[in-house]
Amino acid sequence: MRPVDYIPRIHDNYARLGYKAYNWVVNRETAPWAPLRKPLSQCRLGLAASGGIYAAGQVAFHHKDDTSLREIPTDIDTKELRATHFAYDLSNARTDPNVVFPIDTLRRLVREGFLRGLASRFHTFMGGIYSSRRVTEDLAPRLTARFLEDGVDAVLLVPV
Amino acid sequence: MGLVARHAEAAGIPTLCMTSARDITEAVNPPRAAFLDFPLGHTTGKPHAPDLQHRILVEALSSFETMTAPGSMKDLPFRWSEDQEWKAKAFAEGDDRMPRHDVPQYQDDEDRRRAEQGGSPSCPVCRS
Repeated sequence: MRPVDYIPRIHDNYARLGYKAYNWVVNRETAPWAPLRKPLSQCRLGLAASGGIYAAGQVAFHHKDDTSLREIPTDIDTKELRATHFAYDLSNARTDPNVVFPIDTLRRLVREGFLRGLASRFHTFMGGIYSSRRVTEDLAPRLTARFLEDGVDAVLLVPV
Repeated sequence: MGLVARHAEAAGIPTLCMTSARDITEAVNPPRAAFLDFPLGHTTGKPHAPDLQHRILVEALSSFETMTAPGSMKDLPFRWSEDQEWKAKAFAEGDDRMPRHDVPQYQDDEDRRRAEQGGSPSCPVCRS
């Protein structure tokens, strides 16, 4: 069976919530390209995920165009992770955050030598931000600045 | 997330986007993507299946070394279930998002209490 089409569903949902017709971003021009400069086994990897993961003790995300970020220390105990989101069924993410925030998986890949290491912090936020301009002009630059500060060789991005 | 990928990549940082929404990722067109045909909320695997989660990330991350052209998307060789019932259901049900509120939505009240007390000692970056 072909993949599920999500664009029409999201379009309908915004209409139902009374928003203006949603114009999905379509980038026809070629994407930018930064080649990996060394093998993965020599790379430090960063992670950003938009599944609404936060750490117990942090202020949780809200559900209305929240563009704030949370830093998750890479050595955190997985049991301290929480999930909040409006756009997906949270039941599995709440019992195993690795389904949207693969922190144990990445730590295992470092132990196995598949990766050299991880950034000392990962970054989380909420997806489903209505304004693509806010993402392009505000959220994306803040995340990029953090990746540069973190000195990572590559970044894995995990939406929901 | 594709918008974040394009921004970071333009600043010289190689990125890989996981995705379970092929149409969205095709439209936003990030530099590298790995498509996992699972229900939303499982972009990097099934719960409590660490070996599957591991195989998924190994397959996906390998794209950093094998993809050579911007706009590449790899179809990951994993199925959610033998039948495709979840997909029929997703098509039939449509979007079931909740109305949105702009106050913090805690997983449980204990989280709220800890956050309102200013964070716990085990969490050094609680206010970011």
